[in-house]
Amino acid sequence: MYFFEEQVLDKDRIYLRSEKEGSVTYGELDCFCKEMGTHMEKRTLVFLLCQNTAGSVLGYIACLRNRVVPLLLDCKMDYNMLKDLICHYEPDYVFAPKGHQGYSPDERTQLVYEAYGYNLYDISKETETKLNEDLALLLTTSGSTGSPKLVRQSYENIQSNAESIVEYLELNEKERPISTLPMNYTYGLSIINSHTLCGATILLTEHTMFEHEFWEYFKAEEATSFGGVPFTYEMLKRIQFFHMDLPSLRTMTQAGGKLSRALQKEFALYAIKAGVKFVIMYGQTEATARMSWLPPECVLEKAGSIGISIPGGAFSIVDGELVYEGKNVTLGYAKCKEDLAKKDERHGVLYTGDLARKDEDGFYYITGRKKRFLKILGSRVNLDEIEQILKGRYKDVCFACTGVDDRLDIFVEKGAGLCSEEIVDFISKKIKMNDGVLQVRQIDSIPLNHSGKIHYRELEEM
Amino acid sequence: MTNLEKYNKVFQVILKKEGEELKELRYRGVPEWDSMGHMNLVGELEEKFDIMLDTPDMLAFSSYEKGKEILKKYGVEIEKEDA
Repeated sequence: MYFFEEQVLDKDRIYLRSEKEGSVTYGELDCFCKEMGTHMEKRTLVFLLCQNTAGSVLGYIACLRNRVVPLLLDCKMDYNMLKDLICHYEPDYVFAPKGHQGYSPDERTQLVYEAYGYNLYDISKETETKLNEDLALLLTTSGSTGSPKLVRQSYENIQSNAESIVEYLELNEKERPISTLPMNYTYGLSIINSHTLCGATILLTEHTMFEHEFWEYFKAEEATSFGGVPFTYEMLKRIQFFHMDLPSLRTMTQAGGKLSRALQKEFALYAIKAGVKFVIMYGQTEATARMSWLPPECVLEKAGSIGISIPGGAFSIVDGELVYEGKNVTLGYAKCKEDLAKKDERHGVLYTGDLARKDEDGFYYITGRKKRFLKILGSRVNLDEIEQILKGRYKDVCFACTGVDDRLDIFVEKGAGLCSEEIVDFISKKIKMNDGVLQVRQIDSIPLNHSGKIHYRELEEM
Repeated sequence: MTNLEKYNKVFQVILKKEGEELKELRYRGVPEWDSMGHMNLVGELEEKFDIMLDTPDMLAFSSYEKGKEILKKYGVEIEKEDA
């Protein structure tokens, strides 16, 4: 049985606790799914504009249960990007928060259902949506550039990954995870999926760790776990998390990029002292979410390692590249609406694009990346794509992008006479990243190697 | 440079906001003032005014106006704007 289907359990159990909307029981979830199902045709496409509220999570589960395929998007996404995506994929429905600024219905759309602060719009269109029968869910690849490239996830993908996560984290119905990541981000979604599977109570807040309200809610609701990308852990250190009194906390997980050695050690030592599990994990949207975990008892001894493959998965190294096999390897990508009908293109094998090594105890370490991309705040940013975007905006100017995680360096030749601030402003808007992660460096000339290609290593050393 | 000018300059450099935009500025109210923006903003204010904010104050720093009250606790008096 799939995690999103009606479960045989006490219907009065609390499924969601939302700071805005109070409690939703598992029984109410069932009612909601039935009702929403009467307003949607099966095997259609929905754009779900996500936030960490009850309406958003309920809408997502209702889509899965009714065999409607949702594309999960950030509800704060740029309106023009949203419009472009709607033109590109022609969804049958849009499920958006009431009063959403970005989505306003026109003559083709009709409001058909409202509940939990969300509106369901039916968009009439002439063509029929053709979806592959295994397709359950669509997620964006980077979340920020508005690229139409999506990851196609199947029902089996999300179910097997949720089961695996429940197994290695030893989750049960007593868990109370608190939302710290967007639900349209694969890591945030995996927390919802795995905790729905084990019948837990999910705590939803729109507040961030930089607000009092978050910590008050955390304490009042006795949250037991949270997940974070490397930046989350930097924030936690900055707000002196180590001195907070959080008796309900049992587990902290970390994914979405490599945590610095120093931070990893500090949190590991804190976890030991506080009796909390600190679990470092590794994954990609292309593998549904999770591929590996570092058992918490090894976190100091195996510092810097991504750990071992999750239950049901297996790693191998092919020509230096990390390759993963498992039921959570997704079907493939979609770049246009016709691709939604495509079959499984990966057959359970994923070439991760990460370079890795394995130690004598079977633990894996990421040593580099095959392709040129960075992780910024846990999201992937392709450096070649950024160069293309820049070249599209500034014709005949040569750019080169390098960087490390959470910092993107843009090199431009002084002779081009461009204003650094303008470039930062343009790119930060384009990729929806805070401009604090961007740095423009004006140099005399961009170094080229003997074959005329940009010499990135030399730039990295500048 | 007055403290108000210094304060406003930090907002301009980190969040790219100035003039009339400042008064209503709130954390998470504009895309620039997200968690990373907050971390950078507080870091820059600490550097420019040579102070170190406690955790409760960092969490209470929810708006442009609120920030002025907080800095006062650290002996940084931000001048009232001319009416």
